[in-house]
Amino acid sequence: MLELKNISFGAPSEGKYKEIIDDITLTVPDNRFVVITGPNGGGKSTLAKLIAGIETPTSGSLIFDGEDITGLSITERAKKGIGFAFQQPVRFKGLTVLDLLRIAAGKTLSVSEACGYLSEVGLCAKDYIKREVNASLSGGELKRIEIATVLARDIKLAIFDEPEAGIDLWSFQNLIRIFEKIRAGSSGRTVIVISHQERILNIADEIIVLAEGKLSQKGPKEEILPGIIGSGYATNVCPRMEGGAKNG
Amino acid sequence: MDKIDAVQMRLLREVADLHDVPEGAYNLRANGKSVGRNTTASIDIQTKTDVSGIDIRIKDGTKNESVHIPVVLSESGLKETVYNDFYIGDDCDVLIVAGCGIDNCGSQDSEHDGIHRFFVGKNSKVRYVEKHYGSGDGNGKRILNPVTEAYIEEGSTMEMEMVQIKGVDSTKRTTIAQVGRDSKLVVRERLMTHGVQIAESIYKVTLDGENSGADVVSRSVARDSSYQKLDLCVIGNAACTGHTECDSIIMDNGRILAVPSLEANSIDAQLVHEAAIGKIAGEQLTKLMTLGLTEQEAEEQIINGFLK
Repeated sequence: MLELKNISFGAPSEGKYKEIIDDITLTVPDNRFVVITGPNGGGKSTLAKLIAGIETPTSGSLIFDGEDITGLSITERAKKGIGFAFQQPVRFKGLTVLDLLRIAAGKTLSVSEACGYLSEVGLCAKDYIKREVNASLSGGELKRIEIATVLARDIKLAIFDEPEAGIDLWSFQNLIRIFEKIRAGSSGRTVIVISHQERILNIADEIIVLAEGKLSQKGPKEEILPGIIGSGYATNVCPRMEGGAKNG
Repeated sequence: MDKIDAVQMRLLREVADLHDVPEGAYNLRANGKSVGRNTTASIDIQTKTDVSGIDIRIKDGTKNESVHIPVVLSESGLKETVYNDFYIGDDCDVLIVAGCGIDNCGSQDSEHDGIHRFFVGKNSKVRYVEKHYGSGDGNGKRILNPVTEAYIEEGSTMEMEMVQIKGVDSTKRTTIAQVGRDSKLVVRERLMTHGVQIAESIYKVTLDGENSGADVVSRSVARDSSYQKLDLCVIGNAACTGHTECDSIIMDNGRILAVPSLEANSIDAQLVHEAAIGKIAGEQLTKLMTLGLTEQEAEEQIINGFLK
């Protein structure tokens, strides 16, 4: 279980101090699939980074499985079972997909085990396992490898920051399948996804709406989703793009 | 190899991956003397009579054979210059492994300057691996100034893997190549310096033949207060393709000067250079830390991958 108690985070912006996360208190119980949405600049990514330890809150505390993790580093939180998939995955010259999956698994992963994780994200393993995680990979490929690194870890809490951002439609449809699969098999694993996409919101147990750094709505999908459909933060894939892809 | 001691054996493992007497032709040099040699029906090795060094002659049509010529220095204060000439015939496919390991526990500088010249015939394939390594905790410096010259005739390919990862205090590496018609030179250099080491790496590749090509890629890491100068030059004198790339990571107070240069003397020469220097990106460290590595472990993984 993850608990955020009066979490605030601010940073200087244009000469003034700006509160990006403003006194958020919330509880995410185990085995839940939670989607955080809300307008751009509302603090969603910052909140995810605060949970993973990439940013440190200016006040408040984070409790994970009963333990105060506010003062723990990224590494220590990772070792406690928190996983994080970046919105913009990083490239590494020289490190291969297999290297990255082995680091993620924290052990000597056999090639067939590594291939298993790649298959889960819809990549043909033999084409990718020895590829370098460098500029030769497309945004969609990188995004799926990023997700595979989180799947390869033995974690209790997985956070995905806009997993659909910057990927093409074909990859998007695969992505939905991946999340449906994670959702179906998420026993023992809590998943937090930051997304605007209605199709991802649609598989949530719970939806959190974050606006101007504050918790504006929180509740079961059935309760929250109907009210936000059609707003900027519960959007569908562009119909023209979808039509174009079908025609193409 | 009964004259090789444990220190020398360790150096041999580092520079030539040798755990035992190599198969095929070899010449082992330890502390300025030849301590082992083997020739085959296709590969002959002769000691030079005018200067220190050897002539290696590889017959036409020699395929899937290798030559190992590692050098180890474990005496402090030893300075030597060695001239090794390789004559590679036509239609060959060979692996040549050179390299020098210096262990200096004393207070005097030890230096090995190897001058290697390759004369590659027609339609041959040569893979050359050169590793340099230094160890020992004495005050004496470990100095290596290798010179590599390659003259590639026609329809041949030469691949050079040049590695210097650890322990060499001062190095000036000079590589000169002339590439003939339908021939190609591929270089993969990996360099890491630490402490107050100084490394200079100079490449001058001349593409003389029609349809000749060169791909020279140097990846380097400068740690602590070390300094590197990377000077990669490709000259196109015919219809040719040339590519150079210096890609470097700086850490701590490391400094790097990259001087890539291109000279086109033919309207049909196509030459490209790329150069990049920077520290390890913060997001790279953060990503690996979210996978459970400490910052130091993340740094090591990034560097190992980069220099792989």
